[in-house]
Amino acid sequence: MVEFLSFREGEVGQEPAVTVESFTGQSNSTAVRIEAGEDARELLPHLDRLSLVEVNFPAFGDGRGYSAARILREAGYIGELRAVGDVLVDQIVAMRRCGFDSFRPDKALDDAAVERALRRYDDVYQKTIDGRRPVWAKRHPETANG
Amino acid sequence: MYRYDSYDQSIVDARVEEFRDQTQRRLAGQLTEDQFKPLRLMNGLYLQLHAYMLRVAIPYGTLSARQMRKLGEIAAKYDRGYGHFTTRQNLQYNWIKLADAPDILAELATVEMHAIQTSGNCIRNISSDQYAGVSADEVADPRPWAELLRQWSTFHPEFTYLPRKFKIAVIASEEDRSAMRLHDIGLKLVSRDGQVGAEVYAGGGMGRTPMVAPLIRDFVPEEEIVSYLEACLRVYNRYGRRDNKYKARIKILVHELGVEEYKRQVEEEFAHMRTLGLNPPTEELDRIRAYFAGPAYETGLDDSVDRSDPAFALWVDRQVAAHKQPGYAIVNISLKPRGGIPGDASAEQIALVADLAEQYSLDELRVTHAQNLVLPHVKKADLHAVWQKLDEAGLAEANLDLITDIIACPGLDYCSLANARSIPLAQKLSERFAAADRQKELGELKVKISGCINACGHHHAGHIGVLGVDRKGVENFQLSLGGSGAEDASVGQITGPGFSEDGVVDAIEKVTNIYLAQREEGERFLDTYRRLGMKPFKEAIYG
Repeated sequence: MVEFLSFREGEVGQEPAVTVESFTGQSNSTAVRIEAGEDARELLPHLDRLSLVEVNFPAFGDGRGYSAARILREAGYIGELRAVGDVLVDQIVAMRRCGFDSFRPDKALDDAAVERALRRYDDVYQKTIDGRRPVWAKRHPETANG
Repeated sequence: MYRYDSYDQSIVDARVEEFRDQTQRRLAGQLTEDQFKPLRLMNGLYLQLHAYMLRVAIPYGTLSARQMRKLGEIAAKYDRGYGHFTTRQNLQYNWIKLADAPDILAELATVEMHAIQTSGNCIRNISSDQYAGVSADEVADPRPWAELLRQWSTFHPEFTYLPRKFKIAVIASEEDRSAMRLHDIGLKLVSRDGQVGAEVYAGGGMGRTPMVAPLIRDFVPEEEIVSYLEACLRVYNRYGRRDNKYKARIKILVHELGVEEYKRQVEEEFAHMRTLGLNPPTEELDRIRAYFAGPAYETGLDDSVDRSDPAFALWVDRQVAAHKQPGYAIVNISLKPRGGIPGDASAEQIALVADLAEQYSLDELRVTHAQNLVLPHVKKADLHAVWQKLDEAGLAEANLDLITDIIACPGLDYCSLANARSIPLAQKLSERFAAADRQKELGELKVKISGCINACGHHHAGHIGVLGVDRKGVENFQLSLGGSGAEDASVGQITGPGFSEDGVVDAIEKVTNIYLAQREEGERFLDTYRRLGMKPFKEAIYG
């Protein structure tokens, strides 16, 4: 069983993450935690001083964190993006595709199940920020978007 | 028709194996029902009152004969010999064993079918016009767009845990046969300066707060539809309500923000989205479109129909619609036999319709949101033969859009959410109004029955709608009048206090009597209701 999962090279953030409110209120912190319902775009002016963003999933069915992650990556954030809370093995792939590169679930995950999930799908239909070429790009390698 | 390439097939095959793995973990006790539930719900497997129900996706309601035949085989092998066609143009099996579900999915995958996202808080099966590609008045065939969106929405990583389910319809005609404006998002293809694009409607829906979707953008060019929808969905995913499942649909967000503010937020997000290169190249839509290029019609065919057989002529007048190609016709097959269960078909009937599609309809058929079937390309010269075969199988009812062409949800006979039984009521109504002359006299009259407030039976959109509720442990039926799911979309108004099952049948009869007594030349029931208002009907029912 695995309690922490990282796809980053090198060090992982150890600094305790502070709330969005205290972070944007001129704190020196380099780690922040976004709760469901908080606006990830509030962090955009400060991306250069962030090394860890935690996004909390209060329940697996609360999908707001997927949008938060993509928004940060679309804005060029390259630091650690960590999913925490009610994170299940069957969600890891979608979270990876939205830009998460580390995971600290409330309940430890089965390593073998994570491995299987990550290898399951060779192809994807959407372009996101994870760099995987969607099926339409593979079908039309000669075009601009492809 | 669209055909999978190796990419599409590999994704569906991988899904079968994933679900097999999840089911085995459940059967072995490694997953509790609570843990398994969200996984099975992502794949259309519901636990109902008596058994599991599996909902199979029929993208935009289009099927080949081979696919239809497979649906019949599955009904015979794994169900009790029936399939039930739904208001989302899908098919449900009501008597499935959990251990069989992975095998059923594997069988479906052999004919390029699946059950992906037929439930769960994600983007559901994209629905479309059952006359797509064959009606003369469409701007373009809407199905290539629907297929593009099927692929885009399949396992979308950002939009799989939305506040609530999300339904999209695509149409391309002035006449709306898909209840487009009662969808979370409705797209209507339009042509502007020679370019095809979409009008976008957002925030429609049924449920306990029915709303007709307002227009939020009058033109999105085809090459930007994906990024525009990403913007619509992102605003919804971030700000749709999650505190109350009955207020979680996008219609509530659009209503609470106001249309203008929702539009503004979408436009702001769209301005960002369109910089990200999210749209497939135009070559991809062209690739898909090529699959939907019209079949090889014969030319120079006789365009007349021999009407010497009166029973056949009656059926032709009701069930056959004009085809854009001379010599061909669109055949509607009623799944509403006298006293029957709306939308149900036996394994044998499904097999027969598959054969007819192969032999007489260029290998193609459609499912309608009104729970009927369509053979879209039948030669007029073959109509009589098709009718005879349908008649032998109990499928030649001539009641399209008449009072016995009832939409009904599965209700309390199957569904664990229901408050009342929809099917027995539909059967009683069907018997009460069975006389063909009477139905014809009443003309177009759409009756829709839901067994609970979730409105799967579209009662809000019924010219006559019935909602089953639980009243202190007793089934009670509320009547509403004046709804429409067509291009003149509207939400029905409740008449007043509810009725018993027999009482609501009587009340509906009184309503039809008022219509017959007070209609003016050429008026449908809905027109008369709109002209007169509720008052005379209410007096007749309660007076």
